[in-house]
Amino acid sequence: MPDATELELTAQELRDAHSDSILDTEFHRGRATLIADPLQIKAVLEYLQSKGYKFLASVHGVDYYPHEPRLGVLYELMDRERVERISVKARVSTDHPHIDSVVELFPSADFQEREAYDMFGVVFDGHPDLRRILMPEDYDGFPQRRDFPVGGEPVLFTYNEEQNYGKYV
Amino acid sequence: MEIKREPISNLRVRQYQARDLLRGDMDDEELERYVEERVLTTTVDRAVGWAQGNSIYPLTFGLACCAIEMMSIVGARLDIARFGFEAFRASPRQADLIILSGRVSIKMAPVIRRIWDQMLEPKWAISMGACCSSMGVFNNYALVPSDKFMPIEVHVPGCPPRPEALMHGILKLRDKIQGHPVEGWRERYAAVGTEELLPGGADLTSANVDVFKPGDTAGA
Repeated sequence: MPDATELELTAQELRDAHSDSILDTEFHRGRATLIADPLQIKAVLEYLQSKGYKFLASVHGVDYYPHEPRLGVLYELMDRERVERISVKARVSTDHPHIDSVVELFPSADFQEREAYDMFGVVFDGHPDLRRILMPEDYDGFPQRRDFPVGGEPVLFTYNEEQNYGKYV
Repeated sequence: MEIKREPISNLRVRQYQARDLLRGDMDDEELERYVEERVLTTTVDRAVGWAQGNSIYPLTFGLACCAIEMMSIVGARLDIARFGFEAFRASPRQADLIILSGRVSIKMAPVIRRIWDQMLEPKWAISMGACCSSMGVFNNYALVPSDKFMPIEVHVPGCPPRPEALMHGILKLRDKIQGHPVEGWRERYAAVGTEELLPGGADLTSANVDVFKPGDTAGA
């Protein structure tokens, strides 16, 4: 992990290269996070890739309900030569959940962006094949969002079997 | 007419009586008694049910951790071969029983229903474990209870059920097959006559039997 000083230096380098690309930094329990502008996420990751963070370990979504903007997209980058990790976080709103795809930079982002789309409804603009990966293709809603109902299908017992039999046939 | 049984323990007497029967010399009361002692009468349904219940071939089909418990019932300790259920068939077309052993996701449900439709009558289904019956600890957006898409004969509760419990379920199913073969509730699932045949209906000419012709890699 880069220490807090190095994180600030990296953030300042990024701000010099792309103005307003880094909104904030977080250093919590040894974990360094850059909070990036979602509009410039591709430029930020391209810069970090050129600095040595060449391995995209994970892309995942988070729902920060009730805080706004609600959705977060996290990119976990790794520098395999110095063995250092850095996280990049971008926040998007549920009204306009769009962010640029980074599949061109990191081909491993393909399925992970599809999963974030499937579970949280984040639309990755420029993704070559953005469709659901885990849920059925005709599924409604994004099940990992906090406002999605928790319970599943109603269970059949003797008292309610009559109204449920054959419903889904 | 009432037939009085008389214990015939003498082997020599039995042999003479059998000879009389074959010669046609035995008649009337003596013949009645002989037949009553040696012939078991039953209905065809009961005989067929007896045979079916004692030779259930399960399908080799596991979904999750319950499948580990399902595998152990064919082992030496529990050994369902004692009841004639040991031949796990690798094809749904040869199997009589499907054991849904684990969680069924929404995406898996149509696949299972298709396998069920590929099985030929008579066929039965056991729902094994909490997930398959009521979704258990995975009661969320991803799963569907098995009653929703196919008829289930026996539910075996547990998480996972012990192999003894599954065996009890299979023996309950055997009692059901032998005692009450017709329950009439499959119609409610539209699960009667849904066997999947070859593409193009029942046109079983020799040209159509080979679904995949030599050199055709479409099914590989």
